[in-house]
Amino acid sequence: MIKFLTLFGQYFLMLKKVFSKPEKASIYYKQTLKEFVNLGLTSVGIITVISFFMGAVITLQTAYNTENPIYPKYLVGLGCRDSILLEFSSTIAALILAGKVGSSISSEIGTMRITEQIDALEIMGVNSASYLILPKLIATLFFNPILTLISIVIGIVGGWIAGSVTGVVPSEDFIYGIQYAFIPYYVVYALIKTVFFAFIITSVSAFEGYYVEGGSLEVGRASTKAVVYSSVLILLFNVILTQLLLS
Amino acid sequence: MINIKNLYKSFNGKCVLNDISVTFETGKTNLIIGRSGSGKTVLLKSIVGLHEIDEGEIWYENTLFNKLEFTDKKKIRSEMGMLFQGSALFDSLTVEQNVRFPLDMFSDISIEEKNERVNFCLKRVDIVNSNNLYPSELSGGMKKRVAIARAISLNPKYLFCDEPNSGLDPITAIMIDALIKELTEEYSMTTIVNTHDMNSVMEIGEKIVFISDGEKCWEGSKNDVLNSDCESLNDFIFANSLAKKLRQTKK
Repeated sequence: MIKFLTLFGQYFLMLKKVFSKPEKASIYYKQTLKEFVNLGLTSVGIITVISFFMGAVITLQTAYNTENPIYPKYLVGLGCRDSILLEFSSTIAALILAGKVGSSISSEIGTMRITEQIDALEIMGVNSASYLILPKLIATLFFNPILTLISIVIGIVGGWIAGSVTGVVPSEDFIYGIQYAFIPYYVVYALIKTVFFAFIITSVSAFEGYYVEGGSLEVGRASTKAVVYSSVLILLFNVILTQLLLS
Repeated sequence: MINIKNLYKSFNGKCVLNDISVTFETGKTNLIIGRSGSGKTVLLKSIVGLHEIDEGEIWYENTLFNKLEFTDKKKIRSEMGMLFQGSALFDSLTVEQNVRFPLDMFSDISIEEKNERVNFCLKRVDIVNSNNLYPSELSGGMKKRVAIARAISLNPKYLFCDEPNSGLDPITAIMIDALIKELTEEYSMTTIVNTHDMNSVMEIGEKIVFISDGEKCWEGSKNDVLNSDCESLNDFIFANSLAKKLRQTKK
């Protein structure tokens, strides 16, 4: 319990350092643009591929499991849309990003720690936590919602193509289904969740990397911990946010 | 001048530095020597503020450094340069960007002036035509020299070097030592070098502090070091068989 409270306190102290006034705004701005590319743009590919196939699978699964004459075919499109909007593009994509982005952040910062690069920053008088973590946080907080929107669109397109190509859902029915009883708030809900998850992924992974001690083995362990803790927290906050936002 | 008074530092209840008091003089190459694990690096990192000390005082000129807040320490830190054991160059930046980093962060000079300063520092440490290389493309000696160039880019008053010769061949090690000594005199810096390399001790040791098991056992210059009565210092200096034979011959 004491260890947990210590870690909890250490996490918030790190966040305090992260959100303190930057030394030079122009440097942080450049660093943030770099992180947009490193953490955001490089994730577009994996999100696109996974969303496409997940959309396709959701459509096929829904179609094959609701084969009943009393169910209209357009419900497959509706089911695909809502599954993607409510859970897949925010939560499942966040879990995938926890693996990709989280381990990258943790290992990058952890390696900097064990090779004394963070000490070098501190010696220069640079707030290392802020310099290393704040640009990553800003980049993911802004870019992950974009990834979610991309995921929503690609997922639905994947479902539509799978339904049309296999013939399980006629194209017109699928398109009618994705427009039927559309609740715009679901998009807002997905984006709000994404912002929370982006914060969890970046801050937890950065925390694991920033306080790593030892050598390459510990950096590996920190990366694993970053992914595991981020994933568990994402699932926990998914429940909390769903209750708060949809009740 | 850096003045250390009654410094204590422990990790998890284990005392690593025990009542260290020493003065490091300006314009001199001050050496901290001792066996591996004796507490040299902890002492150096405590002096620069990377480790919080348990007790004692660290004075930079007339400022009590260890009692300052993080933001207040920044002013003194902007006057520090440090060469780490593994060089600690930023992997994602080129040689030029590494040396330019402190200038970008803490100075408001123009881009042309920054370029001029970067090239001057790199030339000073004899690194030419390597501006666009990444640290992974450099040899150990080049990394150390680039790290020195980065450390001096802001004209520091204090230079700290943690095992600058580790992992280097004897000739490159002598070059690095000579460079540190030259720069110390040129910029009139207070330089503190951690080492267990006896060549360094005899080449650049204007003031030497010997640490053993976290305690200061001896203090003097390179002229006194061979004639000391300190048993643990003699064990350290005359550790290899050649040195032992020389000592016997001298006796």
